Parts: sequence; structure tokens; C-alpha cells
Amino acid sequence: MNSFLTRYSSTTPEADIRKAKELYGEDEDFSEVMWGSTGGFGNLASGVPMFKLPSVQDPSSFLRMHTDDHADPSCRIKIKHGTTTLAFRFQGGVIVAVDSRATAGSYVASGTVKKVIEINPYLLGTMAGGAADCQYWETYLGIQCRLHELRNRERISVAAASKYLSNLVYSYKGMGLSMGTMICGWDKTGPAIFYVDSDGTRLKGDLFSVGSGSTFAYGVLDQGYRWDLTDEEAQELGRRSIYAAGHRDAFSGNTVNLYHVKQDGWKFIGNYDVSELHYNGPGDVPGATGGGYGYDIRVAGRTSTNAPEGEAGEGQA
Amino acid sequence: MPDGSFAHPQQRQFNPYSDNGGTILAIAGADFTVIAGDTRQSEGYSIQTRYAPKVFRLTDRAVLAVNGFAADGNMFVKKVKQRLEWYRHAHAKDMPLRAIARLIQTMLYAQRFFPYYVYNILGGIEEDGTGAVYSFDPVGSYEREACRAAGAAQSLVQPFLDNQIYFKNQKAAPGTTHPAHLPLSDVLSIVIDSFTSATERHIEVGDGLEIYVVVAQGRSPQGLDAFRGAQELSTQPNGDRMFIIRRELKKD
Repeated sequence: MNSFLTRYSSTTPEADIRKAKELYGEDEDFSEVMWGSTGGFGNLASGVPMFKLPSVQDPSSFLRMHTDDHADPSCRIKIKHGTTTLAFRFQGGVIVAVDSRATAGSYVASGTVKKVIEINPYLLGTMAGGAADCQYWETYLGIQCRLHELRNRERISVAAASKYLSNLVYSYKGMGLSMGTMICGWDKTGPAIFYVDSDGTRLKGDLFSVGSGSTFAYGVLDQGYRWDLTDEEAQELGRRSIYAAGHRDAFSGNTVNLYHVKQDGWKFIGNYDVSELHYNGPGDVPGATGGGYGYDIRVAGRTSTNAPEGEAGEGQA
Repeated sequence: MPDGSFAHPQQRQFNPYSDNGGTILAIAGADFTVIAGDTRQSEGYSIQTRYAPKVFRLTDRAVLAVNGFAADGNMFVKKVKQRLEWYRHAHAKDMPLRAIARLIQTMLYAQRFFPYYVYNILGGIEEDGTGAVYSFDPVGSYEREACRAAGAAQSLVQPFLDNQIYFKNQKAAPGTTHPAHLPLSDVLSIVIDSFTSATERHIEVGDGLEIYVVVAQGRSPQGLDAFRGAQELSTQPNGDRMFIIRRELKKD
């Protein structure tokens, strides 16, 4: 227990030595990558470089050659892509809504991806870009947030958590990480959203959408957004915006996952099938206006070839 | 052509990867899991061997299927088994399935900048006695699912599974609902049909089929008796039970 304390405390001489080691770039006494315990067996915990690199002149171009499916669709290792995610701040907290499709090239690799990563009961992260990058580093962020709590007897702020992540991914800049994430939560200052991506960008804001379907989501979101939205209206807006992206963006779809962050932490609201939303709407949920979202459903079969009577050329009376 | 002279511009690249074909598949039931893979290993249009296992027993209740580049796959399985042995020595018990899943994530992600070209599917019994399947991408993103196909015939098999396991695009008969979980005998039939069909339509699939069945403690492997030649691999008399069923697939 004592050695555990000294390892993670920030006020002991050991901690100062550790900081000095970090400054001089010496190997840490434990590997950051494989944080799992080996229970005293094996030697993962010392001497190994953090990540294995190929022995070539330019490791990142090696990686790009074998994994980048935009430049070369025939490359072997397909990393999953394509997404719509959104989050917005309003009077009642933060709404987080995402789709659930993962594509590898034009193949729908999965339709049940969890793109909201539950970092801890007060923090959510969203997943866009490399699925493994987001999943791994946001889990890692969760560990660091817990250590912050233990050291400071206080929950980490959303600003600090997001800055931890952005500094971390910035240290890997140019190595090929791909993440576009929103860190959402509630801290002393109230509801907060930070956009963090693998270029190192970190932005505070009220409303973000990230991913290939973000433009479609923004269209609906901007149109319907107000600060004084009720909880129900806000949830419906999140659902409706992801539906719009799922409908118009080929790389987004399948289902919508909806979360609401309030003062006492986040709450999972529900999972909604995009096709079901199109034809029948979200069902009997608070905020739903009733009926399907699809315009071809809403116009009830009335089209240019099947106009309502007396409407040819003149407006409806 | 690179001829050793400097008369022409030359380019070389380091290409340590190859694709060895084949397909793997796993389906979780309420209290059992089935994990299967064909045994053909090929490179290009040549068959290297007709028997190269892709499905491996990790613990009494966990099975790992690997697909992609065989050399990476074998090395990866070896390293996972090593970590599980260390865990056994340290904690005097087998690592639980969800922990193995997280272990596999960190082991794959440690190779983020020099990935294993391997698609993993982990199947087995969770600590609460339910059947579980975890599927991974080459750099470690993972998800628990009810069923998953990976490899060369993924795009042939997965839609069939979506239809037969998840009942996608099927409407239940009036007054009935689709079952949440299928019985073992139905699942085994679906697995065998998936592979015989994939063998017909994909050149990299065939030769042999190995099906691992893990049944939760205290549950009877009902439906297994209908399948001839099921061999029991269980080590504990009244723990979870593991079986292997082998079948021939077409060899042309």
C-alpha cells in the first residue's frame, strides 16, 4: 500500500525524482502502454520503449503506407472510419448524440459501435476517426482522471481533462494518430464541452459536431438550437440531428446513441434505430413530436407527381 | 528494374505483411459460445497448407480466433498465452474473459505504429455465466457482440449471420417474437452452413473446419450429441465445458 502511495503521490522525494526523469526523458519505471499488471512476472514494467516501432527510416510513412485507406484502398490494414457525433451545451446540461456505424472502405464493418466513451460518471468522450485511438486514449484519460482525484481529493475539471488529452495527442503529432473527440462533462463551473483532435486543436464551445456527417447534423442542430431548450426538446434535437446525418451521409447511420449530462453526472437516454426513426419516429419518448422523421413520410405520399387537388399552380386555399 | 546499378531511379519498400486468407466466426448463446475457423492457409492463389489452425484455446473458458497474416497471428496468440500464464502464476486463477479482452486491446495498441495485421475474435464464458464474443480491429478497438465473422469471407458470412442470429429484415409471425438467443444445435447448424457456403463462393476458404464450443458450468451441452465426433477438452470435472468439433470442407 505504501509503495502504491509513493508511486502516485506528487509530494514525495520519489515523485521529484520521477519528475526529473520525465524532464530528462529517461525511461519510466513502468510502461504507459501496457498498464495491466503482470503481478511481478515478466519484465514489461521496465526498459521497454513505450511503443514498438518498425526499424525503418521513416516509421510514420511506413504506417501510412499500410493503413491509410484514403490514399490506397487496396492497403491491407483497414482502420475503421466514418462517423457523426455531436454535443451541445444548453440550460439543462449537455446533450451528446452519436451514430453507431463503422466502415472499412465501403464495407459496413459494424452497426453497433459505442462511440460515446464513458470516461467516468461525470465525463464523456466521443469517438470520431480511428476507433482504437479514441477508445484507448480515452480509457487512459479515465485512469489519469482517477489518479487526479486521488491526489487532489477533488474531481478533475473538464478543462483539465481535455487539456491532458490534447497535450498527450500533441506529443504524438505526425505519427499518424487520428481522433476528433468532444470531452463533455459537468464540473465546478457547470456544463462544459471541449473539442480535442489529433492535430492538437483544443476548443471550448457550446455546440460541436464532428465526423463525415457533421455538416448534415449542423444543418439541423443550428436551426433548432436555443440556450433555453427544455431537456426534452434538447434530447429530441440531438436525436433528430444524428438522424439527418444518418440519412444523408453514407458513412453514418444504423442507430443513434443519446446521452444527457447533468449536475449529478451523465445518463444514457436511449438507443434509436435510424430506419425506425425515419418511418415511425422515436416512439413514445419525452420531446418527440410524433410520427417519422422522413420527409417522404411526413408529406404522406404527396409529391410533384401526386399533388393534392387544386394545388397545380395555385397555393393552397 | 532494380539491377544494382544506379542507371535508373530505384525505390524499395519494407513490406512485412502478407494476407493468408481464411475466415473465422463466433456466435454467443445465452450460456454457451461457439468459435470456429477454417484451416486453409493460402498466399495469393497458392495453398500453403490445408491444416493451419486459426482457433486457439486460451483458458478453460476462453477461445481466441485469429485471422489475417498468419505469422503475426501465431506470434500474437503465443504472447497472449504467455501473459495468461503469468497471470495464473500471480493470481492462482484464470484471467476472466472481459479482462482478457482488455489485455488484448492493450497488447494490440502497443503495436499501434507497427501493427499486427490480425483480426481477433475472442469467445467464451463471462464471469456471470453468459456466452460472450469480443471482436477487435488490428490496433485494438473492441466491442462485445452476439456474433461476428472476420477474414476473407467476412462480407459473405456476416450478412447471413445478421439475418439468422439478429433476425435482421425478418418479421416475426403474428403474435410471436424473435428469440433473444438460439439453442446450441441451431447455432452449430448455422456455423457449418456458413462455412460450407463460404467455401463454395470464396477461393481462400475451405479444406477443414474447427469448431470450439464452450458451455457454461452446470449447463448441459444439449444439442451437441446430434453432432458426431465432438471431442471434450475440459480439464475440470465440474467447471465450464469445452468441446471441439472437426469437419471436412471442400478442397478445390
